[in-house]
Amino acid sequence: MDTAYFLQQLINGVTLGSVYGLIAIGYTMVYGIIGMINFAHGDIFMVGAFIALISFILFALTSIALPIVLLLTLLIAMVFTACYGWTVEKLAYKPLRKSFRLAPLISALGMSIVLQNYVQAAQGARIKTLQPVIQGGFTFMEDTGFTVSLSYLQIFIILVTIVLMAVFTLLITRTALGRAQRACEQDRTMTALMGINVDRTISITFIIGSSLASVAGMMFVMYYGVIDFYIGFLAGIKAFTAAVLGGIGSIPGAMLGGLLIGLIEVFWSGYISIEYKDIAAFTVLVVVLIFYPTGFLGKPDIEKV
Amino acid sequence: MKKNFLYSSIKDSLFTGLIALALFGPIVGLRTVAKNEVLVVSPKWFIVLVIVIVCALGRFLTNLYIYNRDQKYGIQSTIGKSITNFLDTKGTQIALSAIIFSVIFPFLPFTDRYLMDIAIMMLTYIMLGWGLNIVIGLAGLLDLGYVAFYAVGAYSYALFAIHFGWSFWICLPIAGIFAAMFGVLLGFPVLRLRGDYLAIVTLAFGEMIRILLLNWYQLTKGPDGLTGIPRPSFFGLPFKSFPEEGEQTFHTFFGLEYSPMQRIIFLYYLILVLALITNLFTIKIRKLPIGRAWEALREDEIACKSLGVNPRNTKLTAFAIGAMFGGFAGSFFATRQAFISPESFTFIESAIIVAIVVLGGMGSQTGVVLATVFLIGLIEVFRDFESYRMIAFGGAMVLIMIFRPRGILATRKPTIILHKKEVTK
Repeated sequence: MDTAYFLQQLINGVTLGSVYGLIAIGYTMVYGIIGMINFAHGDIFMVGAFIALISFILFALTSIALPIVLLLTLLIAMVFTACYGWTVEKLAYKPLRKSFRLAPLISALGMSIVLQNYVQAAQGARIKTLQPVIQGGFTFMEDTGFTVSLSYLQIFIILVTIVLMAVFTLLITRTALGRAQRACEQDRTMTALMGINVDRTISITFIIGSSLASVAGMMFVMYYGVIDFYIGFLAGIKAFTAAVLGGIGSIPGAMLGGLLIGLIEVFWSGYISIEYKDIAAFTVLVVVLIFYPTGFLGKPDIEKV
Repeated sequence: MKKNFLYSSIKDSLFTGLIALALFGPIVGLRTVAKNEVLVVSPKWFIVLVIVIVCALGRFLTNLYIYNRDQKYGIQSTIGKSITNFLDTKGTQIALSAIIFSVIFPFLPFTDRYLMDIAIMMLTYIMLGWGLNIVIGLAGLLDLGYVAFYAVGAYSYALFAIHFGWSFWICLPIAGIFAAMFGVLLGFPVLRLRGDYLAIVTLAFGEMIRILLLNWYQLTKGPDGLTGIPRPSFFGLPFKSFPEEGEQTFHTFFGLEYSPMQRIIFLYYLILVLALITNLFTIKIRKLPIGRAWEALREDEIACKSLGVNPRNTKLTAFAIGAMFGGFAGSFFATRQAFISPESFTFIESAIIVAIVVLGGMGSQTGVVLATVFLIGLIEVFRDFESYRMIAFGGAMVLIMIFRPRGILATRKPTIILHKKEVTK
């Protein structure tokens, strides 16, 4: 019974952690390249979830096979959400590159309020429910009295995350774009002198971050089945915590952090208290920032005059 | 050359239209509505079409008439500069007349219950803005969880007043001290963090306090909130229409007719005095060593350290004092509403207060007043358009950061000038 319960929490935690990890990559990349906390990223995730929801509803009217529906929804969500990420960067962050340090953060805060209320105005304030898209799954350890289930949906979420992570790691480590991105992280002026279009590289970073967030949004709406315009706030903070925990600026760190935050949240609600499950994430954030601000895989941040 | 430019701006505006279609097409155009418990999509293509055309046309016109000109951004700074100049020269007179106006405001002929309520609300926000201005404007610490101290003040006032029956004037300082203690408790570990990390941590703390208030049912009654918080009395004289046997009330003591406006007017003066105290305190402390240390720390922490200023303790005092004023405002809020629940202390409240400070110009006391009148006025006028007004609100924050990053009143006058600079050629 105990092992079974533990195993179940582990499965749920890894699934949730994949979602957080995908959002966290957006935070960590943007922080790495322009050194700002993209506060609106959680709301980009929420927009992605809504686009995926709309796409699922539209495809439900047709008779296209499920795998194609999933693939198409994934692409639709990524493309349209990437437009949001791109526009937000162009409108709210790009003019502030040379401003004082807190300016982009305040601007991002404003953008987050805009996005939330825009979706509320356009889609209504009531929660949206989606019929399960993928059903069924495996069950095992039935004889112990507590059935452990691993649904196809969970397998789908974990697999998609792994595939995306692999593609993404290749992109960063092997391609010219990834090289440009890493160069921008180190020194933007020098990179520009080397003939790399810094503005374009930053735009692409936002596009990649937003499309990964939209995949997370799609998984969220499939996994929980209910969304509203406010989901981005909490998910955003938790994903940011994940990014910090893994070491902000480090992409494998973001994934690791996401996984840990997912596990912590699920185990906390499974073993300690479900009412205070959000407090768990916040506590981790505070403790990590105070005692271990570089995270697991981050580089120490040296302040220079 | 000219033709080429026209061609490129047409291309550019078509691209803008395409992006607008991608942005607004799915979210605005395909509204999901629940029909018989199942979500269906109800298309709204006309609105999308209008938005797309407006975006493309707007882009085209700005391309032609604004970016085409030789000198860019002519408008942005002149308005703010003229306001700043005006306030610089006439600052004291304006401040004085504003204070006189607010003192006689309750007795003006057009003042009614509704206006008084708005005025009280505005003054509460002005007080919160001035309190937060100590933290953000003077010490340069972006605190996104200021509402937590407001909540601590409100709840500690309410709990003491309900359970011990203490009067407003005893509970007010206690609430302030409680809030300041929370400020120290929260600030002590986190204040050595860098600006943006600090912002996120304070946000997390704000949310933690709210979740705690929501779930600690024995103490706070959770989502039901605390009811029956005692109303303030006029130095022991309660505002009641039907006094009990032998009880002196406000209107019997002064021999007046009873009117519910009496209490509202009293509350108005109460918050006016509290707000002015906050303002006076800030103006005075700015000239004391601690105030100078805050401002120096905001400008350059490393230089301060090398000059022997202890950054942690200095920041901590700013945090605690800011929190204390938040606590005062909170206890006023509790006594005015007579009912508080965690609903009133959400993150959006923090965002509004931060927006007031940022919009007004960090560190500018007059700016806070202007920004409050503008923002709260905006919120009141568009009361029926809940989400649209918040869109405008968030948009204003972005625009201010882009065009006037130091706020509407952008100049910072040095608090001290050793000797006037001689005019050199």
